[in-house]
Amino acid sequence: MSEQVYGIKVPIRLDYTYVVGTAPARFLRGLAQGKIVGQRCPSCAKVYVPPRGSCPTCGVPTRDDVALSDKGIVTTFCVVNIPFAGSAVKAPYVSASVLLDGADIPLFHLLQEVATEDVRMGMRVEAVWVPNDELQPSMNSIRYFRPTGEPDAPFESFKEHL
Amino acid sequence: MTTADADPRQATPLTAPHMLEYEYTRSVGPVIGRFFGALQERRVVGVRTAGGRGLVPPQEYDPESGEPVGDFVDVASAGVVTTWAWVHAPRPKHPLQRPFAWALVQLDGADTAMLHAVDAGDESRMSTGMRVRIRWSAETHGDIHDIACFEPEDAR
Repeated sequence: MSEQVYGIKVPIRLDYTYVVGTAPARFLRGLAQGKIVGQRCPSCAKVYVPPRGSCPTCGVPTRDDVALSDKGIVTTFCVVNIPFAGSAVKAPYVSASVLLDGADIPLFHLLQEVATEDVRMGMRVEAVWVPNDELQPSMNSIRYFRPTGEPDAPFESFKEHL
Repeated sequence: MTTADADPRQATPLTAPHMLEYEYTRSVGPVIGRFFGALQERRVVGVRTAGGRGLVPPQEYDPESGEPVGDFVDVASAGVVTTWAWVHAPRPKHPLQRPFAWALVQLDGADTAMLHAVDAGDESRMSTGMRVRIRWSAETHGDIHDIACFEPEDAR
């Protein structure tokens, strides 16, 4: 009698070619030069990063690029305690919404070089970039954010950006 | 400050591969598990229903009566094409990377047909009722890919 097979591997796989679009491409190409590029709405003047090419509030195209600082503040954050498959970072770690100076919406990124219990809303942070020869048109060009040690920003200064 | 229209670097769209993948392990049950186990030994087994029909691939229940099926039965590794469709341009995940036929093959000793690929080389060699036989994979792992494809019996 032949051996009994109990299970088979049946991978479900979808191969996409992702086309990022004009405005996100400008943002990503900026990262490859060590710069963070947002775009300003010509109507309400809000600065979006990453830019999507239009303002969702006003419904108009955003054409003007804005060079943004790679420093900002933690608006909100999440302590990840449970490891999961595919995670590049060992738990526990902190994912944070970082409002870059000059931007009106926060970026979501990893926070490191700080104990999870010391992270707080309003904490000043800065980007830690990969070495220049490893810069790519990818969010991976910023390895993570870390505290600058500057005084915390008052809640009033970012309460509109949560 | 620059504007989005002015930058010549925008000539080429920025693209990236993006793969969404879940690797499931599926429990196959006692009947298909036996079928796969036989394939690994380069044999084909089916089941006999209470009414005497041979089901290949085997099923756990007789689709006509809903009754549990009876004994496993060995069937041949060659049979007859009952219907087919020619694939002119195989897709990347197809079993053959040259034109081939999808076909229902009723193996000798079976009363039902199974779907697989026939490596006939050219559409003109395909016909309903033609004889085909299994071409086994070089290595078998206990799944349907142990049958690499079928090939015309007259191909020598």
